[in-house]
Amino acid sequence: MKRIVLAATAVLGLSLVSAQAQTYPTKPITMIVPFAAGGPTDIIARIAGEHMSRTLGQQIVIENVAGAGGTTGITRASQATADGYTIMMGHMGTHGAAPALYPNLKYDPAKDFEPIGLAAGTPILIVAKKTIPAKDLKEFNAWLKTNGDKANQAHAGIGAVSHMTGIFYNSLIGVKTTFVPYTGTGPALNDLVSGQVDYMTDQIVNVVEQIKGGAIKAYAIATAERSPALPDVPTAKEQGMPEFEVSAWNAIFAPKNTPKDVVAKLAGALDKALDDENTRKRLLDLGGIIPDKAGRTPEALQKLVVSEVARWTPVLKAAMAATK
Amino acid sequence: MDSMFANLALGFSVALTLKNIALCFAGCFVGTLIGVLPGVGPIATIAMLLPITFGLDPTGALIMLAGIYYGAQYGGSTTAILVNLPGEATSVVTTLDGHQMAKQGRAGVALGIAAIGSFFAGCVATLLIAALGLPLTRLAQLFGPAEYFSLMVMGLVFAVVLARGSILKAICMILLGLMLAQVGTDLETGQERMTLGLISLSDGIDFAVLAMGIFGFAEIIRNLENPETRDVVRNTIGRLLPGKEDFRQAYKPILRGTFIGSILGILPGNGAVLGPFAAYTVEKRLAKDPSRFGRGAIEGVAGPESANNAGAQTAFIPLLTLGIPPNAVMALMVGAMTIHGIIPGPQVMTRNPELFWGMVASMWVGNLMLVIINLPLVGIWVKLLKVPYRMMFPAILIFCCIGIYSINNSTSDVLFTAFFGLLGYVVLKLGFEPAPMLLGFVLGKLMEEKLRQSLILSRGSFMTFLDRPVSAVLLVIAIAMLVLALLPSIRKSRDEVFTE
Repeated sequence: MKRIVLAATAVLGLSLVSAQAQTYPTKPITMIVPFAAGGPTDIIARIAGEHMSRTLGQQIVIENVAGAGGTTGITRASQATADGYTIMMGHMGTHGAAPALYPNLKYDPAKDFEPIGLAAGTPILIVAKKTIPAKDLKEFNAWLKTNGDKANQAHAGIGAVSHMTGIFYNSLIGVKTTFVPYTGTGPALNDLVSGQVDYMTDQIVNVVEQIKGGAIKAYAIATAERSPALPDVPTAKEQGMPEFEVSAWNAIFAPKNTPKDVVAKLAGALDKALDDENTRKRLLDLGGIIPDKAGRTPEALQKLVVSEVARWTPVLKAAMAATK
Repeated sequence: MDSMFANLALGFSVALTLKNIALCFAGCFVGTLIGVLPGVGPIATIAMLLPITFGLDPTGALIMLAGIYYGAQYGGSTTAILVNLPGEATSVVTTLDGHQMAKQGRAGVALGIAAIGSFFAGCVATLLIAALGLPLTRLAQLFGPAEYFSLMVMGLVFAVVLARGSILKAICMILLGLMLAQVGTDLETGQERMTLGLISLSDGIDFAVLAMGIFGFAEIIRNLENPETRDVVRNTIGRLLPGKEDFRQAYKPILRGTFIGSILGILPGNGAVLGPFAAYTVEKRLAKDPSRFGRGAIEGVAGPESANNAGAQTAFIPLLTLGIPPNAVMALMVGAMTIHGIIPGPQVMTRNPELFWGMVASMWVGNLMLVIINLPLVGIWVKLLKVPYRMMFPAILIFCCIGIYSINNSTSDVLFTAFFGLLGYVVLKLGFEPAPMLLGFVLGKLMEEKLRQSLILSRGSFMTFLDRPVSAVLLVIAIAMLVLALLPSIRKSRDEVFTE
């Protein structure tokens, strides 16, 4: 009797699983965004989520769970039931820098998730106040080397994109500058325009207007190719610094052990969204970079996470040790 | 000048979209509603409604919140006139003559002149913001961290000097606010400070949580302990449009009130509160027969009401140009802007021109709407005055809790709000004003940031605050104000201004 019940439950269970995968999704999907509404990650999640909802036939509801550099929301999402009804938008910080910045982190970016795909990123630029004499990146690097800690470098707080990319840049040319922390790149930019600080590295969306208006100088963009938004700004690669290629990326993840076919469905919906004319336009208007077909797959995202953690951990650990 | 009108045109093109008109109307309507219902002030309401605006775009959200603010100023006058209860600190003086007019059966005229005066003041203030916005923003862009720090010190000193009641208590509240602002992760080192090991505190105390607790919850608790006593005017409202004679008496007070209110509103540290008091004093001094005041003089309504509205609006100038809130309501606006991803400061005008000018233009639209909402609908407001508190408060509390929960989907936020509600109540019972604390809280984060930046840039030398001329001047003004306020003779007259 017991055996029959067991067998029946097993069969029932199996049929439930396959039925679930075939019909997924049957109810709205929650996408946890680990930042406040209105920020760059939130906007990208909403734009991608809107088109994905249409493909999946169920609404993707954005839930903002902010805190501790995004790790609060990602921790919660990583512990959710792995049925595909809770997914999350992670980014360079939560899935690249967090292991180095948060010693008590409750998840491993490379092991505790089922990657779905890269959504969009934003290019990073090296910008400086306009009175700095250097004409190009080479001269600017030399200027930094001669000035050393007399140079004032702005950033938007520990773990912010401007902070991470800033110390990465410094580590490549081997300089130690004086860090001036701000609560956001908006106020930092203000002080860069008025010449209170010397330079910073920041996302293109924040600085594009000031560069076009000539209020600040841009020495390089850290992408493989020049940005259509700023065609006159040369890449770091063109100027002999190919190692400085970095962007603030955002990507969708599901909790570990989410069924494979569910992951495939979500990845397919994301792929479709990123092919959609209207969605692309909205992302490009923000200055975003949209990954190509090969760059959007779950496998590509897994590789990216592993390489990002490997890239940021030593750089950040060294920088954190220096402030103590 | 040309660019000012071009900018205003841009502003109106934003403010006059159907959606933004609707939001402006909603804000003004809700504002009037809460202004009319005594007990819940605009600070509490804006704090409570913050989460509702998350779904809106930033411009629409701020237009609505601003509408609530001046709508409440306006509704506060209605209760001051009809019920002898100032809905707002700034409408205290309106009770003096406004309610007397109502008792004489001239409630309609009092409401009418308050509306007309406010509308005129609102128009002037809108133009003033448009004219001063650009030059002040240019000036602000020259400010470095040291200047900002000194400016905020001056602002806090002004807030102390202009606060009601004991100077010492006001200083205590500001210091408490500054201290609460230090909770969270250190900007420079990433160390956690005063978080008691709680994860929910690692990003600091949420602004909406603090504001809603200290103002929303605490005010409700305080209101519950007072028995309901309302002296609603039984007489009919009477005709609304003031007569020729009324206009002749009122137009000069309106002009003077607008002028006084506009100037005081720009001052940091809640200068707007002083506007109506100053206007009333001026009118009483200038009047041929001062004994009419307090017995239903129309000048005593027209002047303060114009000053009140002008100040309410020019208070936006320091916020929009420097990013520094002059009072607690503006501090809430800072919170609202940051929640929507806009960092207040001189860059707002260049980076979000449609937001800046849209808001300025919507102020004028809002003023027009207030006239429309208030005058014909005054009968409804009178009926609303009879809704008993016991029906309202449970509903308000539930909406607050839902609102707070929805910010971060966090139950600990709701618990923190309840905690701050109790704290706010205790503080009120001990005779402390919570508004300076909120100002201290908002400025605290900025001040710490600017102080540390200044010191990093000067490589540790405090002399940077005195070496830089603008910063030195601001600090000297701050010290002078504090000394003046502490002088016995001035202190006496300061107390008089607030007790009159």
